[in-house]
Amino acid sequence: MAFKIETVIEEQTARMTLHGELDSLSARVFMTEIEKLSGQPIEVLVLDMEDLDFMSSAGLRVLIFSKQKIGTHLAIYIVKPQELIVDTLEKTGLHHSVTIVDQYPV
Amino acid sequence: MATDLRIDYYPTHEQEGIKFRRGHVLPFGATMVPNGINFSIYSSEAIDCTLVLFERGEDAPFAEIRFPEEFRTGNVYSMIVFDLDYERLEYGYRMDGPFNPEQGSRFDKSIILSDPYAKAIGGRDSWLAEPNWDNIYPYRSRLVFEDFDWENDHPLETPIEDLVIYEMHVRGFTKHPSSEVKNPGTFAAIRSKIAYLKELGINCVELMPIYEFDEWENSKENPVTGGLIVNFWGYSTVNFFSPKAGYAATGKFGMQVDELKTLVKELHKNGIEVMLDVVFNHTAEGDHRGHTISFRGIDNKTYYMLTPEGYYFNFSGTGNTLNCNNPVVRNMVLDCLRYWASDYHIDGFRFDLAAILGRDQNGAPLSNPPLLESLAYDPILAKCKLVAEAWDAGGLYQVGSFPAYGRWAEWNGKYRDSIRKFLKGDEGLIHEIAQCIQGWPDLYQYRGPTASINFISCHDGFTLYDIFAYNEKHNDANGENNNDGGNDNHSWNCGVEGETDDAFINQLRHKQIKNALSILMVSQGVPMILSGDEAGVTKYGNNNTYCHDNELNWMDWSLLEKNSDIYYFTQRILRFRRGHPVLRSKTHLQHRDYVGSGYPDISFHGTQAWQPDFASSSRCLAFMLDGAHAKSGTIIDDSIYVAMNSHYDALFYELPALPNGQRWHLAVNTDMPSGQDIYDISKEPLLEDQSRFLVGGRATVILVGK
Repeated sequence: MAFKIETVIEEQTARMTLHGELDSLSARVFMTEIEKLSGQPIEVLVLDMEDLDFMSSAGLRVLIFSKQKIGTHLAIYIVKPQELIVDTLEKTGLHHSVTIVDQYPV
Repeated sequence: MATDLRIDYYPTHEQEGIKFRRGHVLPFGATMVPNGINFSIYSSEAIDCTLVLFERGEDAPFAEIRFPEEFRTGNVYSMIVFDLDYERLEYGYRMDGPFNPEQGSRFDKSIILSDPYAKAIGGRDSWLAEPNWDNIYPYRSRLVFEDFDWENDHPLETPIEDLVIYEMHVRGFTKHPSSEVKNPGTFAAIRSKIAYLKELGINCVELMPIYEFDEWENSKENPVTGGLIVNFWGYSTVNFFSPKAGYAATGKFGMQVDELKTLVKELHKNGIEVMLDVVFNHTAEGDHRGHTISFRGIDNKTYYMLTPEGYYFNFSGTGNTLNCNNPVVRNMVLDCLRYWASDYHIDGFRFDLAAILGRDQNGAPLSNPPLLESLAYDPILAKCKLVAEAWDAGGLYQVGSFPAYGRWAEWNGKYRDSIRKFLKGDEGLIHEIAQCIQGWPDLYQYRGPTASINFISCHDGFTLYDIFAYNEKHNDANGENNNDGGNDNHSWNCGVEGETDDAFINQLRHKQIKNALSILMVSQGVPMILSGDEAGVTKYGNNNTYCHDNELNWMDWSLLEKNSDIYYFTQRILRFRRGHPVLRSKTHLQHRDYVGSGYPDISFHGTQAWQPDFASSSRCLAFMLDGAHAKSGTIIDDSIYVAMNSHYDALFYELPALPNGQRWHLAVNTDMPSGQDIYDISKEPLLEDQSRFLVGGRATVILVGK
């Protein structure tokens, strides 16, 4: 399934809803969306992954990139990721850099 | 294209839609630059070089770009290629040049070669997943990202005299089902055992080789089980800069770098250093009959020590010998270790068969080996621990004489052998045991006790349990007719070869293990224990399990319960060492009183106080460490008295008197059953008889004076 992303910004919270498969090519689309947030006073990034079927290592790298681009103060919430995605986040230790939740606001 | 790029980041050449330009000669390897990747590789003799580019996992390359002659500077080919997908890219090289083995040249442009400076290797992404044997490029160079979030982590720089090293195999540590972890056998699984390591009390893990190697190398059928024999230990490097993907649960996603870095970060958070066992003495390419993977095809004469006939010197015992004191190879080794120290926050390195690193290009030992000197004085490695396995397979044995430059420590093989022989009851060892417990000043007079990495067991040889359960090696499962592995085990089976139901023998074995651990933990120097010894693991007498991906190498965690007395004792004796700084001197003890306590820093005793028996027939030695001299007299500790008796009979030991109303308390008595064999600090019972103590046959007693 083709990758799609929708972004809504409300005050200091950016919410992105991701659909489909996030591979190395579509990661560039994701990264471009993140780059658009640079310079804005964003404090919270919510990534709704309920409809994301797959995330490659390139997609995971965008999570790291988000903090680098927007700032280490950025709180990242990942909403309802698939088990495979959670598993990869845990194995690589990236789960320490994000908060995994069932819904947002928590 | 962005308009703010420097002019030298624009392409000047194009081939079938792929744009490129002359690159930067340094750094070697593949490096990300704006809009492209810089490729740089050295070869002194190639007449032509071609960059080969693959989509990840594809059988055939999507491009082959020959380096134009003007892209060569000296002996370095460099090129920037634009608009490549970093994530999906795999690359290699074809090198053309003379094939003239007698002259040392073995170029073959039909072979695609791995980059010696690749930061990740594809092709063995999951442990023992059968590869495509027809792959035209089996070990594929890849790029890695350098965006790991280390937070505030940095190497711990724990004083070396305070370390307790735990030698561990990444896969063997958690692969056994009894480990009950997710992703067994991986870096991620070790993370879930950090609480265990802390509870045990070690503060440094030494990982057996984690550089990319091929577990399939020399694989064959196991003659005993019918299963597969593989390269389990990994002492056969394919690439020096890449972590083994098959050790990562995320290796199949290409995220082994992140997983390993996360492990290092988490260990550091828990006060545990990470030391790597590095193998720079040879590579996986073997001798003249071996596969060409990288170095042989890039610059055989530079990377390997060759005989006058063009064959490979074999000081490593594995087919070839890396030419470490060639300036180019020396720089590669330096670049590699700097990379691991800076990018992976590694705390130290143990060099396998390190004596080879001190040989010249013809194999002769050097008096002032440039590589060892460079490593010792390198500014980036300045705080890293450097530990040598100070011998090689070519007969060079340098324990005590390894060129140290004030930096290098050594695996003390003499310590191992002396303690083993003493514990089995051999005579004539008292002088050596006195050296062992002092950090062997006769060997390390000017280097201090921390030059001595003390160990009794390690991956190579019997486990601690097997030292007391086997007289002979039992290596039939290795498929070499029991001819492999050392014969000088200095072991004693306590009466029966192998497993037995005899309660007396099993009790004696446990006591001997506790004797060994006690002596190790009261010795000056740096103690190292083998993973699993705290649980009394056995390899059933196999002293060379390099090839077994099975229970012979997988730590059986259920033994922690079966041998709970050994685990409990190990934990407590480590705690004892940690709690007594007088056991961890940075400098050699002086046998004199230099703080005015009335006692020398160390004194030796026998069955009579102040009268050690160094006769050849003696099996008894006791010593006392004066607590007022702890850490060169900068800290006040309890005094410690240790009585070692390797005689089969119990003997009374007269105790030295203590000053100022202090009294002896019992900390350890290995002759007693579990529960009474070791006491926690501050809970040691007072001795009723302060004048003498009956030390059981083959037993060790530790007293604290306070």
